[in-house]
Amino acid sequence: MAKFEISRRKFLTSASLGVSGIMLSGCDAFDSQLGVGDGLRSFLEGANGLTYRAQRWLAGRDALAQEFTEADIRQPQRPNGVTAPDDDTYKGLLANNFADWRLEVSGLVEKPLSLTREQLQNMPSRTQITRHDCVEGWSCIAKWTGTPLSLVLDQAEVKPQARYVMFHCLDTIDRSLAGDIKYYGTIDLIDARHPQTILAYGLNGKPLPVENGAPLRVRVERQLGYKMPKYLYKIELVDSFASIGGGRGGYWEDNGYDWYAGI
Amino acid sequence: METVARSQPTVEADAAPKDATLIYRQSRWTRLTHWLWAISLFFMLLSGLQIFNARPQLYIGKESGFDYNNTVFAIGAENTAAGTRGYTEIFGKRFDTTGVLGWSGPAGQETARGFPSWATIPSYYDLGTARVVHFFFAWILSTTLVVWLVASVLNDHLRRDLAPRIEDLKRLPRDIVDHAKLKFHHTREYNTLQKMAYGGVLFVLLPLMIITGLAMSPSMNSVLPFLNDLLGGRQTARTIHFAVMVLLVGFFIVHMLMILAAGPINELRSIITGWYRTDPPPAHGDNTPERSA
Repeated sequence: MAKFEISRRKFLTSASLGVSGIMLSGCDAFDSQLGVGDGLRSFLEGANGLTYRAQRWLAGRDALAQEFTEADIRQPQRPNGVTAPDDDTYKGLLANNFADWRLEVSGLVEKPLSLTREQLQNMPSRTQITRHDCVEGWSCIAKWTGTPLSLVLDQAEVKPQARYVMFHCLDTIDRSLAGDIKYYGTIDLIDARHPQTILAYGLNGKPLPVENGAPLRVRVERQLGYKMPKYLYKIELVDSFASIGGGRGGYWEDNGYDWYAGI
Repeated sequence: METVARSQPTVEADAAPKDATLIYRQSRWTRLTHWLWAISLFFMLLSGLQIFNARPQLYIGKESGFDYNNTVFAIGAENTAAGTRGYTEIFGKRFDTTGVLGWSGPAGQETARGFPSWATIPSYYDLGTARVVHFFFAWILSTTLVVWLVASVLNDHLRRDLAPRIEDLKRLPRDIVDHAKLKFHHTREYNTLQKMAYGGVLFVLLPLMIITGLAMSPSMNSVLPFLNDLLGGRQTARTIHFAVMVLLVGFFIVHMLMILAAGPINELRSIITGWYRTDPPPAHGDNTPERSA
């Protein structure tokens, strides 16, 4: 026991000396350990799994995000990310006011769907005034109208082995050697079936504008903005996202953001 | 393993010299949690400043004003006749902070960034990584706080050393004068200002930090919707989170200065080994009222 005491004392002394050393040498000391895939970084990322489980346990499946009143809508919804897709496919669809646009529902479903805007808008809708929280730190309150994603999933009859909903988008967010990278993202089926998760086509009482994701974007109200892709054209039910893109579940996730963004 | 409630330092008796002025002051729980907090707060501060850099503005209210102004604090860069300058704006009042806030970096390679590269983890702009680091240490910090609280109730540290007493109030004026004169009494007990500082950090600032942190989480909003209403909205919560950070940095600076002034070797020894050298008992005839140990 006495031996243990001494070694721990030495450990604490060296630990405190180490911390002071780091402070003196500047904060690039950890840079080499913090890239995606590095050991230290992967270890620290483990805490996000803990956050996910803790928040799922606390919030359950159906706890609702806070909703606000009309009086809280004080400005247009701030657009972010891509606000004017330069893709030919998108520009063609936009020129025709999305008459030729379809939402495909595919992957692990019994009945793949191809829905027009009218078909989506004829389904029961939900309108909610919610706060959009960006990972950068800002918030903006707006009124969203759309079709609950759960209704679309029910119509397509999700197969039991499906675990995630993957959103395919029309906008190019990045370019790589392999070509243009279109925005993509995934959420689990708990969020997909959450009562406030809607495929939004209306914003503040008007059709969804281009900068906010026309003709269709998803709202996932218990997570941050990067989990709510815009310019949707396909919803794919998958059992894993390991083989998609960088394997982390989305464009921003592949660039280092956590897959779970409830915090 | 020993129990938490152990009150006598039997295990470390081998380290105790015969000197009667050397006393066992800090339990292993206090020492261990102290250093885990120090490490966690170090990483949380530097990753937090990186997170702040993604949106170097603070607002009051439920949301951020883009079409109206509810900004109370901003760091930015602007082009002037004299080149690019960094500025910091507090309640609409603007200060030139070129080189540190807003516009900083090696000469000729300055970039627009809120806090400078030496004050953030990672040193380059990387919001995703800063969030990974921040939330990892958030778990360590909050878990350690709970461990410390339970241990401190069981080993009596809370009641014996931190709970305020009537005599603390009475000796406050003298404490202030003594601190101002850098005259320190080395006793088993904390003095009134120490109790206020440690109690303020542990029972006000750190809990407020955790609460405002949780208030920013959209998922926690669905669990505790009243939290943001109570705090004045998510953006106010973010502003409070930042303000508490400033207070904690202030505490850290004073804490370091006091340790240097009161005798760094003795102070460091007590928080590493637990052993602390107290002042010798007053000489015969000296009736300076000291609190008994």
